[in-house]
Amino acid sequence: MAETLLNDAVMTTRLDAVLNWGRKNSLWPLPFGTACCAIEFMSMMASKYDFSRFGAEALRFSPRQSDLLLVLGTITNKQAPVLRQIYAQMAEPKWVISVGACASSGGVYRTYATLQGIDRIIPVDVYVPGCPPRPETIILGAMKLQEKIEKESFRDRKEHLEAFYQSWDRQQERQALGRSEFQAVRDMLLEAGEAGEQRIW
Amino acid sequence: MIIERLESAMPGVVLDHHSFRGDCTVVVTTANLVQLGDVLFGEGFQQLLDVTAVDWYERDPRFDVVYHFLNLVSQERLRLKVQVRDGEAVPSLTGRFPSADWSEREVFDLFGIPFTGHPNLERLLLWKDFPGHPLRKDFPLDGGDAFCNGDTDTSYAGRACTLNP
Repeated sequence: MAETLLNDAVMTTRLDAVLNWGRKNSLWPLPFGTACCAIEFMSMMASKYDFSRFGAEALRFSPRQSDLLLVLGTITNKQAPVLRQIYAQMAEPKWVISVGACASSGGVYRTYATLQGIDRIIPVDVYVPGCPPRPETIILGAMKLQEKIEKESFRDRKEHLEAFYQSWDRQQERQALGRSEFQAVRDMLLEAGEAGEQRIW
Repeated sequence: MIIERLESAMPGVVLDHHSFRGDCTVVVTTANLVQLGDVLFGEGFQQLLDVTAVDWYERDPRFDVVYHFLNLVSQERLRLKVQVRDGEAVPSLTGRFPSADWSEREVFDLFGIPFTGHPNLERLLLWKDFPGHPLRKDFPLDGGDAFCNGDTDTSYAGRACTLNP
Protein backbone atom coordinates (compact mmCIF):
# COMPACT_ATOMS: atom_id res chain seq x y z
CA MET A 1 0.00 0.00 0.00
CA ALA A 2 2.72 2.40 0.97
CA GLU A 3 4.43 1.68 -2.32
CA THR A 4 1.53 2.96 -4.36
CA LEU A 5 1.36 6.14 -2.27
CA LEU A 6 5.07 6.82 -2.57
CA ASN A 7 5.00 6.09 -6.31
CA ASP A 8 8.56 5.93 -7.75
CA ALA A 9 10.33 7.23 -4.67
CA VAL A 10 10.64 3.76 -3.09
CA MET A 11 11.56 0.45 -4.67
CA THR A 12 11.41 -2.90 -2.89
CA THR A 13 14.03 -5.51 -3.60
CA ARG A 14 16.18 -8.20 -1.97
CA LEU A 15 19.26 -7.18 0.01
CA ASP A 16 21.72 -9.36 -1.91
CA ALA A 17 20.31 -8.16 -5.22
CA VAL A 18 20.92 -4.51 -4.43
CA LEU A 19 24.33 -5.19 -2.84
CA ASN A 20 25.44 -7.33 -5.77
CA TRP A 21 24.28 -4.60 -8.14
CA GLY A 22 26.51 -2.16 -6.27
CA ARG A 23 29.44 -4.53 -6.12
CA LYS A 24 29.45 -5.46 -9.77
CA ASN A 25 29.38 -1.83 -10.88
CA SER A 26 32.16 -0.61 -8.59
CA LEU A 27 35.00 -3.06 -8.94
CA TRP A 28 38.38 -1.91 -7.66
CA PRO A 29 40.99 -3.82 -9.64
CA LEU A 30 44.51 -4.64 -8.47
CA PRO A 31 46.71 -5.46 -11.48
CA PHE A 32 49.27 -8.16 -10.67
CA GLY A 33 51.18 -7.81 -13.93
CA THR A 34 54.14 -10.09 -14.55
CA ALA A 35 54.26 -10.50 -18.33
CA CYS A 36 52.91 -9.37 -21.70
CA CYS A 37 49.27 -9.69 -20.56
CA ALA A 38 49.95 -6.58 -18.46
CA ILE A 39 50.71 -4.65 -21.66
CA GLU A 40 47.29 -5.64 -23.04
CA PHE A 41 45.84 -4.60 -19.71
CA MET A 42 47.34 -1.10 -20.11
CA SER A 43 45.58 -0.87 -23.44
CA MET A 44 42.36 -2.07 -21.83
CA MET A 45 42.52 0.67 -19.18
CA ALA A 46 43.47 3.42 -21.64
CA SER A 47 41.10 5.57 -23.65
CA LYS A 48 40.64 3.30 -26.68
CA TYR A 49 39.05 0.38 -24.82
CA ASP A 50 38.31 2.31 -21.62
CA PHE A 51 37.56 -0.18 -18.91
CA SER A 52 36.18 2.68 -16.77
CA ARG A 53 32.91 2.28 -18.66
CA PHE A 54 32.26 -0.81 -16.56
CA GLY A 55 32.61 0.96 -13.23
CA ALA A 56 36.16 -0.20 -12.58
CA GLU A 57 37.69 3.23 -12.90
CA ALA A 58 40.04 3.27 -9.93
CA LEU A 59 43.09 1.01 -10.06
CA ARG A 60 44.58 0.35 -6.66
CA PHE A 61 48.10 -0.89 -6.17
CA SER A 62 47.51 -1.95 -2.60
CA PRO A 63 45.59 -5.18 -1.98
CA ARG A 64 43.96 -3.59 1.07
CA GLN A 65 42.07 -1.15 -1.15
CA SER A 66 40.97 -3.47 -3.93
CA ASP A 67 38.50 -6.28 -4.45
CA LEU A 68 39.33 -7.58 -7.94
CA LEU A 69 42.69 -9.29 -8.46
CA LEU A 70 43.78 -9.38 -12.11
CA VAL A 71 46.62 -11.87 -12.49
CA LEU A 72 48.31 -10.84 -15.73
CA GLY A 73 51.11 -13.18 -16.69
CA THR A 74 53.35 -16.05 -15.70
CA ILE A 75 53.45 -16.89 -12.00
CA THR A 76 56.58 -18.73 -10.90
CA ASN A 77 56.69 -21.13 -8.00
CA LYS A 78 58.80 -18.57 -6.18
CA GLN A 79 56.02 -16.02 -6.56
CA ALA A 80 53.28 -18.41 -5.44
CA PRO A 81 53.43 -17.52 -1.71
CA VAL A 82 53.51 -13.82 -2.64
CA LEU A 83 50.35 -14.15 -4.69
CA ARG A 84 48.67 -16.07 -1.89
CA GLN A 85 49.56 -13.34 0.57
CA ILE A 86 48.27 -10.60 -1.71
CA TYR A 87 44.99 -12.48 -2.15
CA ALA A 88 44.71 -12.97 1.62
CA GLN A 89 45.22 -9.24 2.20
CA MET A 90 42.50 -8.08 -0.20
CA ALA A 91 39.26 -6.54 0.98
CA GLU A 92 36.27 -8.88 0.99
CA PRO A 93 34.29 -9.75 -1.02
CA LYS A 94 37.08 -10.42 -3.50
CA TRP A 95 37.25 -11.87 -6.98
CA VAL A 96 40.06 -13.09 -9.20
CA ILE A 97 40.39 -13.00 -12.98
CA SER A 98 43.17 -15.18 -14.38
CA VAL A 99 44.27 -13.46 -17.58
CA GLY A 100 46.09 -15.41 -20.28
CA ALA A 101 47.38 -18.92 -20.77
CA CYS A 102 50.27 -18.67 -18.29
CA ALA A 103 48.20 -17.61 -15.31
CA SER A 104 45.45 -20.10 -16.14
CA SER A 105 47.56 -23.19 -16.84
CA GLY A 106 51.28 -22.36 -16.94
CA GLY A 107 51.01 -21.87 -20.70
CA VAL A 108 54.08 -22.88 -22.66
CA TYR A 109 56.20 -22.88 -19.51
CA ARG A 110 55.88 -26.49 -18.48
CA THR A 111 58.94 -26.34 -16.22
CA TYR A 112 60.10 -26.68 -12.64
CA ALA A 113 60.03 -22.90 -12.23
CA THR A 114 56.46 -22.13 -13.28
CA LEU A 115 53.25 -22.60 -11.36
CA GLN A 116 50.94 -24.66 -13.59
CA GLY A 117 47.89 -22.46 -13.11
CA ILE A 118 47.11 -20.05 -10.27
CA ASP A 119 43.91 -21.95 -9.44
CA ARG A 120 46.14 -24.39 -7.58
CA ILE A 121 46.88 -21.80 -4.92
CA ILE A 122 44.04 -19.23 -4.97
CA PRO A 123 40.37 -19.40 -6.04
CA VAL A 124 39.75 -18.09 -9.57
CA ASP A 125 36.40 -16.77 -10.78
CA VAL A 126 36.99 -16.17 -14.48
CA TYR A 127 39.66 -17.51 -16.84
CA VAL A 128 40.53 -15.42 -19.87
CA PRO A 129 42.20 -17.40 -22.67
CA GLY A 130 44.79 -16.01 -25.07
CA CYS A 131 48.52 -15.49 -25.33
CA PRO A 132 48.18 -12.62 -24.64
CA PRO A 133 44.41 -12.00 -24.84
CA ARG A 134 43.29 -8.90 -26.68
CA PRO A 135 41.79 -6.08 -24.59
CA GLU A 136 38.29 -7.03 -25.82
CA THR A 137 38.81 -10.50 -24.43
CA ILE A 138 39.81 -9.22 -21.00
CA ILE A 139 36.78 -6.90 -21.03
CA LEU A 140 34.57 -9.87 -21.92
CA GLY A 141 36.08 -11.73 -18.96
CA ALA A 142 35.28 -8.80 -16.69
CA MET A 143 31.72 -8.68 -18.01
CA LYS A 144 31.36 -12.41 -17.32
CA LEU A 145 32.55 -11.71 -13.78
CA GLN A 146 29.91 -8.99 -13.46
CA GLU A 147 27.24 -11.48 -14.51
CA LYS A 148 28.58 -13.88 -11.92
CA ILE A 149 28.59 -11.29 -9.15
CA GLU A 150 25.01 -10.32 -9.99
CA LYS A 151 23.76 -13.88 -9.43
CA GLU A 152 25.96 -14.69 -6.46
CA SER A 153 24.56 -15.73 -3.07
CA PHE A 154 26.36 -14.42 0.02
CA ARG A 155 26.63 -17.85 1.58
CA ASP A 156 28.40 -19.34 -1.45
CA ARG A 157 30.88 -16.50 -1.47
CA LYS A 158 31.52 -16.92 2.25
CA GLU A 159 32.21 -20.65 1.92
CA HIS A 160 34.43 -19.93 -1.04
CA LEU A 161 36.56 -17.55 1.02
CA GLU A 162 36.61 -19.75 4.10
CA ALA A 163 38.10 -22.62 2.11
CA PHE A 164 40.96 -20.34 1.16
CA TYR A 165 41.50 -19.05 4.73
CA GLN A 166 41.68 -22.62 6.02
CA SER A 167 44.45 -23.40 3.54
CA TRP A 168 46.12 -20.15 4.61
CA ASP A 169 46.08 -21.38 8.23
CA ARG A 170 47.57 -24.72 7.17
CA GLN A 171 50.36 -22.83 5.41
CA GLN A 172 51.01 -20.73 8.53
CA GLU A 173 51.20 -23.90 10.65
CA ARG A 174 53.87 -25.32 8.36
CA GLN A 175 55.83 -22.07 8.47
CA ALA A 176 55.62 -22.09 12.27
CA LEU A 177 57.37 -25.48 12.14
CA GLY A 178 60.31 -23.86 10.36
CA ARG A 179 59.51 -24.37 6.67
CA SER A 180 60.06 -21.41 4.41
CA GLU A 181 56.98 -19.98 2.72
CA PHE A 182 58.14 -21.37 -0.64
CA GLN A 183 58.66 -24.82 0.80
CA ALA A 184 55.34 -24.73 2.69
CA VAL A 185 53.41 -23.99 -0.50
CA ARG A 186 55.43 -26.53 -2.49
CA ASP A 187 54.84 -29.25 0.12
CA MET A 188 51.12 -28.51 0.11
CA LEU A 189 51.08 -28.66 -3.70
CA LEU A 190 52.92 -31.98 -3.78
CA GLU A 191 50.70 -33.50 -1.09
CA ALA A 192 47.55 -32.32 -2.87
CA GLY A 193 48.89 -33.79 -6.11
CA GLU A 194 49.59 -37.14 -4.51
CA ALA A 195 46.11 -37.14 -2.97
CA GLY A 196 44.68 -36.63 -6.47
CA GLU A 197 43.39 -33.13 -5.76
CA GLN A 198 43.93 -30.22 -8.08
CA ARG A 199 44.30 -27.41 -5.59
CA ILE A 200 45.52 -26.64 -2.11
CA TRP A 201 42.72 -24.31 -0.93
CA MET B 1 98.43 -15.28 -29.68
CA ILE B 2 97.03 -15.16 -26.19
CA ILE B 3 97.48 -18.94 -26.03
CA GLU B 4 101.24 -18.66 -26.54
CA ARG B 5 101.45 -15.97 -23.88
CA LEU B 6 99.45 -18.07 -21.43
CA GLU B 7 101.65 -21.07 -22.18
CA SER B 8 104.80 -19.07 -21.61
CA ALA B 9 103.49 -17.48 -18.40
CA MET B 10 102.18 -20.73 -16.93
CA PRO B 11 103.60 -23.80 -18.70
CA GLY B 12 101.29 -26.80 -18.86
CA VAL B 13 98.14 -24.90 -17.95
CA VAL B 14 96.56 -25.07 -21.42
CA LEU B 15 95.11 -28.52 -22.04
CA ASP B 16 93.41 -27.79 -25.34
CA HIS B 17 92.49 -24.83 -27.50
CA HIS B 18 90.78 -23.97 -30.74
CA SER B 19 89.73 -20.89 -32.61
CA PHE B 20 86.57 -20.31 -34.61
CA ARG B 21 86.23 -17.16 -36.72
CA GLY B 22 88.56 -15.28 -34.40
CA ASP B 23 86.91 -16.43 -31.18
CA CYS B 24 89.42 -18.25 -29.06
CA THR B 25 88.56 -21.10 -26.71
CA VAL B 26 91.02 -22.43 -24.15
CA VAL B 27 90.59 -25.48 -21.95
CA VAL B 28 92.70 -25.19 -18.81
CA THR B 29 93.36 -27.08 -15.59
CA THR B 30 91.32 -26.26 -12.50
CA ALA B 31 94.24 -26.05 -10.07
CA ASN B 32 95.81 -22.72 -11.09
CA LEU B 33 92.64 -20.91 -12.08
CA VAL B 34 93.05 -17.96 -9.72
CA GLN B 35 96.63 -17.40 -10.83
CA LEU B 36 95.50 -17.71 -14.45
CA GLY B 37 92.86 -15.06 -13.80
CA ASP B 38 95.62 -12.71 -12.66
CA VAL B 39 97.66 -13.43 -15.80
CA LEU B 40 94.64 -12.78 -18.03
CA PHE B 41 93.92 -9.55 -16.18
CA GLY B 42 97.52 -8.47 -16.83
CA GLU B 43 97.09 -9.32 -20.51
CA GLY B 44 94.14 -6.92 -20.74
CA PHE B 45 91.25 -9.34 -20.35
CA GLN B 46 89.86 -7.22 -17.53
CA GLN B 47 86.15 -7.85 -17.88
CA LEU B 48 84.58 -11.18 -16.95
CA LEU B 49 81.32 -11.15 -18.88
CA ASP B 50 79.77 -14.41 -17.80
CA VAL B 51 80.31 -17.61 -15.93
CA THR B 52 78.19 -20.54 -16.96
CA ALA B 53 78.38 -24.32 -17.14
CA VAL B 54 77.51 -27.24 -19.39
CA ASP B 55 76.38 -30.65 -18.19
CA TRP B 56 77.79 -33.40 -20.43
CA TYR B 57 75.82 -36.04 -18.61
CA GLU B 58 77.64 -39.17 -19.82
CA ARG B 59 81.12 -37.69 -20.04
CA ASP B 60 83.79 -37.93 -17.37
CA PRO B 61 84.47 -35.29 -16.03
CA ARG B 62 80.82 -34.39 -16.24
CA PHE B 63 80.76 -30.58 -16.23
CA ASP B 64 82.37 -27.77 -18.18
CA VAL B 65 82.53 -24.45 -16.35
CA VAL B 66 82.78 -21.74 -18.99
CA TYR B 67 84.17 -18.22 -18.50
CA HIS B 68 83.83 -15.44 -21.06
CA PHE B 69 86.41 -12.65 -20.94
CA LEU B 70 86.59 -9.39 -22.86
CA ASN B 71 89.80 -7.50 -23.54
CA LEU B 72 88.79 -3.88 -23.02
CA VAL B 73 91.73 -2.53 -25.05
CA SER B 74 91.79 -4.79 -28.12
CA GLN B 75 88.13 -5.90 -27.94
CA GLU B 76 89.29 -9.52 -28.17
CA ARG B 77 87.18 -12.16 -26.54
CA LEU B 78 88.35 -15.32 -24.82
CA ARG B 79 86.40 -18.34 -23.74
CA LEU B 80 87.94 -20.30 -20.89
CA LYS B 81 86.77 -23.77 -19.95
CA VAL B 82 87.58 -25.99 -17.01
CA GLN B 83 86.34 -29.54 -16.67
CA VAL B 84 85.06 -30.74 -13.30
CA ARG B 85 83.55 -33.93 -11.92
CA ASP B 86 80.29 -34.03 -10.00
CA GLY B 87 80.89 -32.59 -6.52
CA GLU B 88 84.35 -31.29 -7.38
CA ALA B 89 84.96 -27.66 -6.45
CA VAL B 90 86.27 -24.87 -8.66
CA PRO B 91 88.37 -21.97 -7.30
CA SER B 92 86.35 -18.75 -7.24
CA LEU B 93 87.47 -15.80 -9.38
CA THR B 94 85.69 -13.24 -7.19
CA GLY B 95 89.01 -11.96 -5.79
CA ARG B 96 90.13 -10.57 -9.14
CA PHE B 97 86.79 -10.23 -10.97
CA PRO B 98 83.95 -9.03 -8.69
CA SER B 99 81.44 -9.75 -11.49
CA ALA B 100 82.04 -13.45 -10.87
CA ASP B 101 80.12 -13.18 -7.59
CA TRP B 102 76.55 -13.55 -8.83
CA SER B 103 77.50 -15.61 -11.90
CA GLU B 104 79.17 -18.23 -9.75
CA ARG B 105 76.20 -18.26 -7.40
CA GLU B 106 73.97 -18.86 -10.41
CA VAL B 107 76.12 -21.80 -11.56
CA PHE B 108 76.08 -23.16 -8.02
CA ASP B 109 72.31 -22.75 -7.89
CA LEU B 110 71.46 -24.38 -11.21
CA PHE B 111 74.26 -26.96 -11.58
CA GLY B 112 75.36 -27.61 -8.01
CA ILE B 113 79.04 -26.88 -8.70
CA PRO B 114 80.69 -25.43 -5.55
CA PHE B 115 83.21 -22.57 -5.76
CA THR B 116 85.94 -22.43 -3.12
CA GLY B 117 86.79 -18.99 -1.80
CA HIS B 118 83.47 -17.45 -2.76
CA PRO B 119 82.36 -14.86 -0.16
CA ASN B 120 78.66 -15.79 -0.14
CA LEU B 121 77.94 -19.06 -1.90
CA GLU B 122 74.15 -19.28 -1.67
CA ARG B 123 71.48 -19.95 -4.25
CA LEU B 124 70.94 -16.89 -6.45
CA LEU B 125 67.59 -17.55 -8.14
CA LEU B 126 65.83 -20.42 -6.44
CA TRP B 127 64.88 -20.52 -2.80
CA LYS B 128 67.17 -22.01 -0.18
CA ASP B 129 65.55 -25.40 0.31
CA PHE B 130 64.80 -26.06 -3.36
CA PRO B 131 65.42 -29.76 -4.06
CA GLY B 132 68.09 -30.43 -6.68
CA HIS B 133 69.79 -28.38 -9.40
CA PRO B 134 67.48 -27.84 -12.37
CA LEU B 135 69.96 -27.39 -15.24
CA ARG B 136 71.46 -30.84 -14.67
CA LYS B 137 70.42 -33.24 -17.39
CA ASP B 138 69.02 -35.76 -14.90
CA PHE B 139 66.66 -33.20 -13.35
CA PRO B 140 63.05 -33.78 -14.45
CA LEU B 141 61.90 -30.82 -16.54
CA ASP B 142 58.81 -30.16 -14.44
CA GLY B 143 60.69 -30.57 -11.17
CA GLY B 144 58.88 -33.75 -10.18
CA ASP B 145 55.50 -32.05 -10.17
CA ALA B 146 53.03 -34.52 -8.69
CA PHE B 147 49.95 -32.65 -9.86
CA CYS B 148 49.53 -34.01 -13.36
CA ASN B 149 51.75 -37.02 -13.32
CA GLY B 150 51.66 -40.42 -11.72
CA ASP B 151 55.40 -40.98 -11.37
CA THR B 152 58.26 -38.54 -11.12
CA ASP B 153 61.07 -40.65 -12.58
CA THR B 154 61.00 -39.30 -16.10
CA SER B 155 60.84 -35.97 -17.81
CA TYR B 156 57.41 -35.03 -19.11
CA ALA B 157 58.33 -32.57 -21.83
CA GLY B 158 55.83 -32.69 -24.63
CA ARG B 159 53.36 -35.03 -22.98
CA ALA B 160 49.88 -33.56 -23.08
CA CYS B 161 47.99 -33.31 -19.82
CA THR B 162 44.86 -31.57 -18.67
CA LEU B 163 44.13 -30.28 -15.22
CA ASN B 164 40.37 -30.29 -15.68
CA PRO B 165 39.47 -33.12 -18.08
